Amino acid sequence: MSAQIVTVTSGKGGVGKTTATANLGAALAELGNRVVCLDADIGLRNLDVVMGLENRIVYDFVDVVEGRCKLRQALIRDKRMENLFLIPAAQTRDKTAVSPQDMVRLSKELQKEFDWVLIDSPAGIERGFRNAIAPADMVVIITNPEVSAVRDADRIIGLIEAEEKGPAKLILNRVKPEMVRRGDMLGTEDILDVLAIQLIGIVPEDEQVTVATNQGVPVVLNSGSRAGKAFKNIARRLLGEEIPFENLDGRDGFFGKITRLMKAGG
Amino acid sequence: MNFLDRVGLGRRRSADSAKERLQLVLIHDRSGLSPGKLETLKDEIIDTISRHVEIDSAGVEINLTKEREQQRLVADIPLIPTNRRRR
Repeated sequence: MSAQIVTVTSGKGGVGKTTATANLGAALAELGNRVVCLDADIGLRNLDVVMGLENRIVYDFVDVVEGRCKLRQALIRDKRMENLFLIPAAQTRDKTAVSPQDMVRLSKELQKEFDWVLIDSPAGIERGFRNAIAPADMVVIITNPEVSAVRDADRIIGLIEAEEKGPAKLILNRVKPEMVRRGDMLGTEDILDVLAIQLIGIVPEDEQVTVATNQGVPVVLNSGSRAGKAFKNIARRLLGEEIPFENLDGRDGFFGKITRLMKAGG
Repeated sequence: MNFLDRVGLGRRRSADSAKERLQLVLIHDRSGLSPGKLETLKDEIIDTISRHVEIDSAGVEINLTKEREQQRLVADIPLIPTNRRRR
C-alpha cells in the first residue's frame, strides 16, 4: 500500500478546510479506501470535534513526534467506519513543536498502511502551513466566493508553485446559487478566470453542514445534503472518476430555468 | 428588493465589482509591487528621465496591467510641449 498524501489548505481561516478534510476522509472511506486524517493545526485542534472523536483522544501527533508513543497508538478509529482514522493535533503546544522533516518522516510511515493520508492544514502561510504541505503529493486549496478568501487562495497558489508542489486543485466552498444568479456573488467561472487553477469541486452553502458538525457526524453520511453530495463527488474525482461539476451558477440556460420553475411550481 | 434587482438587472452587479477589484489587487500581490512602492518607483523614474529631457511630471502615469498571463509595467510620460526649433 502506498497512500496518496493530500493536503487541504486555504490561506484564509474559516473557509472550510477542516470540514472538507473530515468529509473527504469519510467519503473516501465509504468508497472502500483505508483513510487517515491528520490534524496539522497544532495548538488549535478541531478535526477531532468535526469528526466526533474528541472523547477518544489519548495521544496526539506531537506525542508521536517527540517519541512518547508509537504512531499507531495515536491513530483513533472512527465510530462508524472501521477504515477511517484520525491523528489529532496537540492542543497545548504550538506549530514549532513539529518540523517539515517530522511531517515527511511520519507521513511516509502512514503511507505504508493507508490508501489516503489527508492533512488538514492550519490557516496562514507560516510554519504550520509549511509543515502541512511538506509531505503532500497533491495540494487541494479551498476558498469561498469572497474577495478576501480568493485573494488568499491566490497567494497560496503562488507559494505551492514555489515549493514545486503544484499544480494545486481548487474546491469552491459555500456557494449560494441564488446570490450568484442575481450577480451578488462571484461565480465559478469568475473565480477560475482570476485564479487560473484546476477545479476539483463546487460545494453549495448548506445548513446541514452546521447540523452535522453540531453532532460530530460527517455531512457526507446525510444523503439528503447537497454539500454532502458535493464532497462525495470530490472524493470520486480524487479517485480518478470523471464526474461533471454541479451547476450552482444558475447559468444553466433556458431549459434549466424552466425545469427549476416547474419543480418549484409542482 | 424589486424584480429587476432580484434578477441582477437595472443596477451594477456587486459580483462584477468583486471581480474587478480582485484582478487589480492580485496584479499588485503577484508582482510584489504595492501601490506605495509603485508611487516611489514613479518618483524615481521622473527624477531619472528629467535629467535627460523635460517632462510634465504631473502627467506621468505608471500602472501595472495584465494581458493574458503577461504582467506589464506601463509608463506614460508626457514631454513638455516645446517649439519645433531647438533652443
